[in-house]
Amino acid sequence: MPQNYVPVFFFLALVGILIPFALLTARIVRRRGTDGARETPSGFEVGVDGGSPSSLSMRFYAVAALVVVFETAIIFLYAWAVKFKSLGVFGLVEMAVFLGVLIVGYIWAWKNRALEWE
Amino acid sequence: MLNSLMSYLGSTLSPGAAGNQLWALIYVVFVFMGVSAASIALYWIEHSAGSAPCPAAADGISNRETRFVFWIAPIMGLLAAFAAYAVIPFGPSQAVTDVNIGALLILGVLSLNVLSILLSGCVPNSRGALLTALLSGARMVLFQVPIGLVAVAAILMTSLNESGTGTLSMIGIVQAQEDQGTWFLFKFFPIGLIAFVVFVIGMVAQTKRERLAVAAERPSDAGAQNEYDGLRRLLLIFGEYAAMIAVSSVAVTLWLGGWLRPFASQLSAPSWENIFSLFPGFTFLLLTAILLVMTVRGGSPSRPRRTQLAVVAALFGLIAALLFMIAVAGRSSDRHILASLRENVNYLYWFAAKVAILLSIILYYRSARSRNRFGRYFDQSTRLAWKILVPISLAVLALTAIVGLKHETWDQAKQLLRMRS
Repeated sequence: MPQNYVPVFFFLALVGILIPFALLTARIVRRRGTDGARETPSGFEVGVDGGSPSSLSMRFYAVAALVVVFETAIIFLYAWAVKFKSLGVFGLVEMAVFLGVLIVGYIWAWKNRALEWE
Repeated sequence: MLNSLMSYLGSTLSPGAAGNQLWALIYVVFVFMGVSAASIALYWIEHSAGSAPCPAAADGISNRETRFVFWIAPIMGLLAAFAAYAVIPFGPSQAVTDVNIGALLILGVLSLNVLSILLSGCVPNSRGALLTALLSGARMVLFQVPIGLVAVAAILMTSLNESGTGTLSMIGIVQAQEDQGTWFLFKFFPIGLIAFVVFVIGMVAQTKRERLAVAAERPSDAGAQNEYDGLRRLLLIFGEYAAMIAVSSVAVTLWLGGWLRPFASQLSAPSWENIFSLFPGFTFLLLTAILLVMTVRGGSPSRPRRTQLAVVAALFGLIAALLFMIAVAGRSSDRHILASLRENVNYLYWFAAKVAILLSIILYYRSARSRNRFGRYFDQSTRLAWKILVPISLAVLALTAIVGLKHETWDQAKQLLRMRS
């Protein structure tokens, strides 16, 4: 079975080889023709004065936490789904309990307006 | 080398699963070329070809301290998109490889795409770019929740057979649809359809990049990727389209029966088989006709453009003729090579046709949607993900499980009642 994963790395290797090669080619082509290369790159004229913000909205952290909670629960669902029929009603009830806990948390987050973005 | 090349022909396993790495490499190169061509075509359809950044343009950066991030962001996007193609099946043996956790691998790998946009937002060290990147990234991970939940519903449907064991392998998922005689789109009728719609909505939201303003005066310029130009910007766009095609292939595999032709189980007589195998030829014939009409009375009067169109039309006509020949000549099963060639052409055609239809719907949606003010749009999409799609997908999951175990659930309930009384 581990041999099945080898071609995945072929893809990664192909992309990993092609990109630097393409960038190098572009660099060689660019040197000759365009004047753009000689121009020193200057700061981009975004409307506000530069510098990334030192503090971010709490909302981002709330989204991150909620997504992590849900995604972790979903991973367990996959294992159950493959064996769904053979686990039968027992598995169904187990998963209902498991998801029930998650849904209680979800409702709590909804009530506390964690799902909104204003 | 020639031996190992020939020995694979006619095999029923994908090259990766058969351990034939040489063929796997050939498949990898073909898939890469195909996806590149499709990405170029998609860009050409969505924007005009002239608006593409020139690959030879200068692409330096202003602040040197984020140089590594600048380098790694486009590579990250492409790696994430292309690792997914390794397990997407175009036919029962036409996949680069078959992994027993295929669906999980794809969903996991595609979620790495978020990294590309987050990193590219860090490059210019400016407020607008970082905020846009964070908002895009937040939205991408948000929509992964409903996508993951409805994908579980599809996996659940694969386990509804005699052995009671489902599969996460992408080839196995399509074979399960073949065995059950229905695409999962029509399974438990409205449930599969709802799951598919939720998946597609999530997929569109996930693959749409924002280049809109947060704090800048010129709206189109304050996107997360504004520091990129030239080839690097092209690579970012390429990664974006490659991910889009990958996600639509996943949707086709999970719900639209992958390489299966329509009505495969209802109209299974050999005569129907022959009629359906003429479809590839007819499609290219239609394309040829459209291109010829465009050549004769198209909008662009310039002569070179007309010549180009005529050449492409002739090419498509040739392909159509070839496909018709294969379809007719491969009819009798005593010509072994032609018959298997016809079969493979059909697999590839039906898969590509479904992906193309899905992609054109997505492109239509994306072009119909005007550029909204970003903040408000984000507000709406957050509400859509958390308050509409997540409850719907949880309900879909629960309903699939209950309907799938209908008989067992009834029996258990009856037993419980009997024990009570």
